Amino acid sequence: MDFNDTPQEAEFRAKCRAWLEVNAELKTKKTNSAKNMNIGNKSLLEAAAEWQKKKYDAGWAMIHWPKEFGGIGATPIERIIWAQEESKFNVPKGVYEIGLGMAGPVMMEYATDEQKERYLPPMAEGKEIWCQLFSEPSAGSDVAGLRSKAVQDGENWIVNGQKVWTSGAHFSDFGILVVRHDAGLEKHKGLTFFFVDMKSPGIEVKPIKQLTGGSSFNEVYFNDVVIPDSQRLGEIGDGWKVAITTLMNERLAVGDADGVDANEAFELAKKHDKDGEQLIDNNAVRESIADWYCEASGLKNTKLRTMSALSRGDTPGPEASITKIVSANKLQAIGNFGMDSSDMSGMLMDEKSDFIKFQMAWMGAAGLRIAGGTDEILKNIIAERVLGLPQEARADKGLAFKDIPSGS
Amino acid sequence: MNLDFSDDQKLLQEEAKKFLTKEDALKINRAVMDSDKTYDQELWNKIVGLGWTGIRIPEEYQGLGLSHLELCVIAEELGRQVAPVPFSSSVYLFTETLIEFGSEEQKNSILPKLVTGDVIGTLAIAETNSAPSKDNISVALKDGKLSGTKIAVPDAEVATHAVVVAKNGDNVSLCVVDLNSDDVDITVQRNIDESRGYYSVSFNGANAEIIGDEESGWSNLEKIMDHAAVLFSFEQIGGAQASLDMANKYAKERYAFGRPIGSFQSMKHKLADMYVALTLAKSNSFYGAWALSSNAAELPTAAATARVSATKAFQLCSQENIQTHGGNGFTWEYDCHMFYKRSKVLSLNLGSLPSWREKLIKSLEQANIKL
Repeated sequence: MDFNDTPQEAEFRAKCRAWLEVNAELKTKKTNSAKNMNIGNKSLLEAAAEWQKKKYDAGWAMIHWPKEFGGIGATPIERIIWAQEESKFNVPKGVYEIGLGMAGPVMMEYATDEQKERYLPPMAEGKEIWCQLFSEPSAGSDVAGLRSKAVQDGENWIVNGQKVWTSGAHFSDFGILVVRHDAGLEKHKGLTFFFVDMKSPGIEVKPIKQLTGGSSFNEVYFNDVVIPDSQRLGEIGDGWKVAITTLMNERLAVGDADGVDANEAFELAKKHDKDGEQLIDNNAVRESIADWYCEASGLKNTKLRTMSALSRGDTPGPEASITKIVSANKLQAIGNFGMDSSDMSGMLMDEKSDFIKFQMAWMGAAGLRIAGGTDEILKNIIAERVLGLPQEARADKGLAFKDIPSGS
Repeated sequence: MNLDFSDDQKLLQEEAKKFLTKEDALKINRAVMDSDKTYDQELWNKIVGLGWTGIRIPEEYQGLGLSHLELCVIAEELGRQVAPVPFSSSVYLFTETLIEFGSEEQKNSILPKLVTGDVIGTLAIAETNSAPSKDNISVALKDGKLSGTKIAVPDAEVATHAVVVAKNGDNVSLCVVDLNSDDVDITVQRNIDESRGYYSVSFNGANAEIIGDEESGWSNLEKIMDHAAVLFSFEQIGGAQASLDMANKYAKERYAFGRPIGSFQSMKHKLADMYVALTLAKSNSFYGAWALSSNAAELPTAAATARVSATKAFQLCSQENIQTHGGNGFTWEYDCHMFYKRSKVLSLNLGSLPSWREKLIKSLEQANIKL
């Protein structure tokens, strides 16, 4: 056992590092936060576009993609090494991840050669931003219960309905979309998959105000939006199969929860209060921090086990499936602990204080436990896919979609 | 990056698994539980024959001269089948102490006999129902003679020797005692796991020989506890995996309300929670194995992390395995209770979960280790 790179991996890491050092600024303790992306006076969009273009020109944008679309055909372990190195630098995040992580693989698998040539390089270059239009007001965990309707009209489809929780819809150029083409078929069989120009007439984007007060998601309304049949991905009725490709990618992408962890809880507990006492002297606090440390260490070492398999060229086991459940719940607990540490004044927010990170963690965690698969759905996935347990009995099996009880 | 066992180590693990399955260690464990015995002599003889007791013993003392990693994979298999043998006492505790702290003479006289099975060892620490500390040890060593009583000593009946933690003037020292001496009284103590033996051991002026630096007995003991915490964590993840596998199989076979109980979300989520706990524990145990085998400075933190996670995982998996089996799980006839009882014994033997959480926090305070 060791934590060393193989000679090839070390060489690749050094190459990543050398390029990053010239082109970006290393994070320091001070700048090491998700909020600080060193974007100066530029907007996040401008800064992110600039960084993406820089990477693309040098071949680092989508290194696991084939050469013709701007990649270098990197192996999975090389992809991880690049991500590890890039994460040590202060670079803009939060604009391209969904498109590159979810729309990218679907286009790669289902688009025609001409479409790939047209759309993939600009996606990698950052010239065009993509979003994902799956969830609907009545289709959250039960994504396949979506109701947005597509009706075929000659060479086109006419789409009506509403999508929700669409990250970045307000600045996206294209979106991947799953809709119902036939409500007379069974739930999963009546779905068809498209990509759509977000500037199409009839698309309206409205931001959702989250409980944090911020807005990173949108509602997207479709009113008689025309989508050419040539933008269909997969066969008519194959929408679910295509969607699963991206949902699997999403579950990999929404991994570790960013934010305070056992270390921050430990540091906070070591601070002295006015009477010179430390929380770390409280046994209940010691126990909690020990447990969080074990969870954080367990996640870290789980990741290293996955990397070990990739480094050997093997397919990793299912162990990484625990990541989001553990990290989002831990984040919520540590956020709670942070505020408790200030006792009667723990609710007071101060933008200038470092303490606010515990409050933001607590608020954000409530969303993270839902995003990209709720705790409950992820546990079902572990139970069914990893442990092989049978599916829950269902009230919608064998019914035409239009006959499924909807409670409304 | 290689946080995994080598192909050779995995092969050894596979062989161990086959051997214990062929011997039907689980059935042997049940037979031990149904008898007055606290271990199975025949299975133990075969294990000695396979050379497992000499895995870590250097070749110059007739051992196999392998690393802790080989011991970890064997431990996982012994845990998976709750094998009723004094392996952990003799190998993780006694042999580790000899290898780490024994003088050349002590090693020469004892290590080869551990390989052949002529010596079986154990470690005697506890004296009262408080957690042992360097200030509350009262079994005393004076002029080479030991007096006082230890309790909850594992495998003392089958063991020929024990390392004893003793007060030695102002110091705490470790010493080796021949348990067959007339000056040693051994009495079995009833315990929750009928397949393990715990004893009170009284020393009435028995001859004892100091092992290791006489002033460093307590810190040497802590080092051995760190070693053992990693090795036991593999027994624990083996037992946790077996418990999860049993629960999983039963949840698929058992029908209620017209369908397999494993199709109910409450059961799925229960089993998913078990899988999550086990995965965290396994990854931390791998990290502990790395720290142990490479003698890393992080060992105290890594060992405590592995210990806490593995204790939690085995306890959760074994208790929820009973719950999954419903009334059947509460019977003597089903195997669930063997894992439940073993999980609790393993959670106490090196000190309780709260004690190890405390050790973990102390190690973080001292080492200033960050994730």
